[in-house]
Amino acid sequence: MVVKILDVVIAGLLLGGLYALIAMGLSLQYGVARVLNISHGEFIMVGALATWALFRIGVNPLVSLTICGPVTFVIGYLLYRTLFTRLRTSSASIGAYEGSSMLASFGLLFIIQNIALIAWGSEIRGYTYLSFPVNVGGALFAANRLVALVFALAIGIVFYLFLVRTRLGKAIRAAAQDATTAGLMGVNIDQVLALCFGFGALMAGFAGLLISMCYPVHATMGLEYTIITIIVVVLGGLGSIPGSFIGGFILGLIGSIVTYIEPGLSLAAYYVLFMLLLLVRPTGILGK
Amino acid sequence: MNNTRFTSTRLFLLGLLSLIFVLLALLPLYGTAYTVILLTAIFMYIAMTVSWVIFSGPTGYISLAPAAFFGVGIYTSAILGKALPLFLVICVGALASFCLALLVGALTLRLKGIYFSIFTFGLVLLIQQLLLWYEVRITHTRGRFVIVVDNTTIYFVMFAILVVLVLTAYFIRRSKFGLALQSIGEDEEASAHTGINVTVLKTMMFAVSALFIGATGAIMATRWTYIDPYIAFNPLFSFMPVLMAIFGGIGQFYGPIVGAAIFAYLEELLITRFPYYYMLIFGIILVVAILYLPGGVVGLVQKLRKRDLGERHANP
Repeated sequence: MVVKILDVVIAGLLLGGLYALIAMGLSLQYGVARVLNISHGEFIMVGALATWALFRIGVNPLVSLTICGPVTFVIGYLLYRTLFTRLRTSSASIGAYEGSSMLASFGLLFIIQNIALIAWGSEIRGYTYLSFPVNVGGALFAANRLVALVFALAIGIVFYLFLVRTRLGKAIRAAAQDATTAGLMGVNIDQVLALCFGFGALMAGFAGLLISMCYPVHATMGLEYTIITIIVVVLGGLGSIPGSFIGGFILGLIGSIVTYIEPGLSLAAYYVLFMLLLLVRPTGILGK
Repeated sequence: MNNTRFTSTRLFLLGLLSLIFVLLALLPLYGTAYTVILLTAIFMYIAMTVSWVIFSGPTGYISLAPAAFFGVGIYTSAILGKALPLFLVICVGALASFCLALLVGALTLRLKGIYFSIFTFGLVLLIQQLLLWYEVRITHTRGRFVIVVDNTTIYFVMFAILVVLVLTAYFIRRSKFGLALQSIGEDEEASAHTGINVTVLKTMMFAVSALFIGATGAIMATRWTYIDPYIAFNPLFSFMPVLMAIFGGIGQFYGPIVGAAIFAYLEELLITRFPYYYMLIFGIILVVAILYLPGGVVGLVQKLRKRDLGERHANP
């Protein structure tokens, strides 16, 4: 019984680490740059399929970290500088901007997904890397899942330190509180928001890479991850980065418990939780 | 003189509309089977888009629930199709969607802006997943077969739904309810202070828009013959109306109709030939429409015409 509980809890934490990472990315994009990025999952998919493609030509997935992350970062940064900055300056209000940028990101979803379908096909892809079992307190887990958790935690902590300790981090936090005022105080707001969007895409790329080590991946996997991400972000409190991090682990645990009881209902349980949360406490755990 | 010109334009428009109505109503008598099927698909998209615009157009609440109402209609048709006559099935489908929308509307009144959008989208996926679980675990099937109805009947029913819908949407827009919805879109709090019962109005209009989407789902289900939760509650049916309305232009009454007609026709042309490129083009058009066409195609045409007129007046 104890081993069973430990089994479920550790599986939940492993899943939660990945959720936390992708949710931090969306939290940056929505909390600071005000784009509820529906194409977030597509960046995850690009990271995952790119890692798979690189693995086939003999590149170690952990080496791919240095390729996938920067590539998705540049795509995200350029998208914000061109598309979303234009939308932001032409929108009448922040509410109108949130609506139109969400719809524009729907467009991006279709564009990125179909380019990936043309480039990589619709087959389910997978590879084996570090798949030997590791004994964690009596429960067996594949090594790659532990590696994924360690990396997710490390990236999360490094990014948190970056936000708290550096000058750019301070500018990002200021922009999150009030973009217009931050601009008046001398923050180059277009640059900072674009960087935030880029960092969000970077985390999605990293998460995609880690996901591809543990699960099979395919070109249409993005939307499911986007929805899970939105749930985590709402759970943690829209715009709160520590909230997203904690929310990720909570949702991972819930998912693991529900999967243990009734595997067919894990996604449904997420949605029920999500809708109850929106009705009862839309500001989430750490929201203001 | 201006007045007579105004009346004659109106008469001309009325005549043109009646001509189109008669031509479309008699189409199965002279059109090929392919034309009938193509027009049915176009009517479906116009109906979904116009229904979406009834509520979301004036208020600015971006509802992503159409797929849920559409799916409810489809499943009503699948479950009751054999037991009841077609007309009753459609009524039940419409009513089921109506009730679901009343419930959702009452629940989501507190949600503003983006929260409303994600809640309604979550609703589609929740119903999809619960239904899938129910079908697999309880009924031990995954999909269902729908009774077959011949294409001409589907065409006539779809046409009838569309005509009723367009008239309803037109009169809502022209009535005090339309004005009230518009004022909610501009400033919800201020319109509540002027004596509009914001809560009841929003819920009712949301439900009316769901009613027609449910009816559309109930009749269109018969065209697919086989359905499962993924087909019936496909999130694409939530995005399509939004895209078509924006593409056509929400500002004018006929904007969404034009947008949906163009898009549905393009879909029929492209989808079989280049499935991946079709969705790619779909995405690009969505992004371009949001960036460069805030008034949609209709807005663009009006702008060009105005500029044309302005030039003529400037240089007589």
